Amino acid sequence: MTPAEIRDEILDILSEIAPDEDLSDLEDAKSFREQMELDSMDFLDIVMELRKRHRVQIPEDEYTNLASMASTVSYLEPKMKDIIKA
Amino acid sequence: MTNTDYDTIIIGAGMSGLAAGIRLAHYDQRVCVLEKHYTIGGLNSFYRVNGRNYDVGLHAMTNFTEKGAKKGPLARLLKQLRFRWDDFQLAPQAGSAIAFPNIQLNFNNDIQLLRSEIATHFPTQIDRFDRLLSELIEYDDLKQEDFEVSTRQVLAGIFTDPLLIEMLLCPLMWYGNARQDDMDYGQFCIMFRSIFLEGFARPFKGVRLILKNLVRRFRELGGHLKLRSGVERIDVDGCHAMGVTLEDGTQLTAKRILSSAGVVETMRLCSDSSVVDVDRTGELTFIESISVLDCQPKKAGFDKTIVFFNDSDKFHWHQPESDLCDVRTGVLCSPNNYLYDDSEGDLEAGFIRQTSIAHFGRWMELDERSYRQQKMRWYDLSTQAATQFVPDFRRHVIDTDVFTPKTIRRFTSHDNGAVYGATKKQLDGTTHLDNLYLCGTDQGFVGIVGAIVSGISMANQHCLRSDL
Repeated sequence: MTPAEIRDEILDILSEIAPDEDLSDLEDAKSFREQMELDSMDFLDIVMELRKRHRVQIPEDEYTNLASMASTVSYLEPKMKDIIKA
Repeated sequence: MTNTDYDTIIIGAGMSGLAAGIRLAHYDQRVCVLEKHYTIGGLNSFYRVNGRNYDVGLHAMTNFTEKGAKKGPLARLLKQLRFRWDDFQLAPQAGSAIAFPNIQLNFNNDIQLLRSEIATHFPTQIDRFDRLLSELIEYDDLKQEDFEVSTRQVLAGIFTDPLLIEMLLCPLMWYGNARQDDMDYGQFCIMFRSIFLEGFARPFKGVRLILKNLVRRFRELGGHLKLRSGVERIDVDGCHAMGVTLEDGTQLTAKRILSSAGVVETMRLCSDSSVVDVDRTGELTFIESISVLDCQPKKAGFDKTIVFFNDSDKFHWHQPESDLCDVRTGVLCSPNNYLYDDSEGDLEAGFIRQTSIAHFGRWMELDERSYRQQKMRWYDLSTQAATQFVPDFRRHVIDTDVFTPKTIRRFTSHDNGAVYGATKKQLDGTTHLDNLYLCGTDQGFVGIVGAIVSGISMANQHCLRSDL
């Protein structure tokens, strides 16, 4: 997956977790916590969705990399580069 | 794999069990929810008599927050179960009251109304009320040791007018206190937030709509739901649960078990336990007198959503000393008096429901004939008691129904028909076995939203993380 495809995938996960949320003006550099008020249960869900959909494993001490869209995409890029987008 | 081996077995198809089931099935676990009764919902079930729909537990859903709210238990459960706010079609309350002799405090889903009522009726206490608001513990910050502090002690350190303490305790104890007389401070904070800071709401179609959403989702995700499947025992080997044996002899195995049966009831099911800590069993159970009116309740003068009343300055939160019921305190609720969308119109009939405290043992001892007679007698006595506090609606009544501790026991399987479960909660959900966990009423959260959040958080903590 390219960084753009990973970004789309994260957006898809976020829209599944929070279907009432308008994600069109999400700022990549700003934290999810600040913009969407995601809590620790939501971050766990992002991790679990990535594992369910793509078998990507994220150790608990690396969850902090998921703070914003920009940090998430750059963190996932090496882990997901060999995954073919369905 | 055969159909008798699961990742997780869940005991009880109430709100917490179904919610936990959805979480686990969503993450591809093989999940089976076992329900003893022939229908789902547990305490929050529903039934149909004489062509009318009745809800069992639901007066109101607490924890209401408006669409778009990002915080609080309702927002959390929607995200965790992947529902939209609109899926539950929640309509907010019209307005409620706490009524004591010669004084009434009105409140609604905006805390400012209650605040101004207190400022008017208790001018010397309003700064103290503001202090209480600032000292409430957040949902996520509740620890077992803070949880069990006496609420009466905390409130006596804040307020100087004992009547206000009794009036604040009345609705909060009525909607979720398993202990008699006093309340755990953790439970008080949960109830205060869920009722006064968040609020009451109801779907037009009642609890059916919520249960239907949960069951449909659980089945779509591949979960198994078995009705009329009471658990005979939890099969234990050492400190580990191997699975369950059903009442019909069927054996099921699982990596772990999540039980919403109640802490004492679950311990009794374990094949290794000889001593059960019965002191934890709750004593508080209720009768519910349901009146069907020939008009909408507001035409009969009842325009509140919920009225909590008590007939003296001291709130009586104790099981009846010598009789079947104690009707000196009660809750009246009309499911009609919510701000439903205009497109939905009015409910098919006018309903007023009234809850009174009851004594489990005395109701269970009655033979069939006296049981029927006592239902009628206590319907009359309870509605009579209510007319001190609300307009007399009795000439509008065209049909009645009463359910009793016996009914509650049948739906919930809780010892003593204890609606709010055990007196001591197990916040972390753990038990003496390393793969048996509790969820629901006895884990700490009550109410529909609370039960669902309990199922979700216990599933996350104990049944999903271990797979990571």
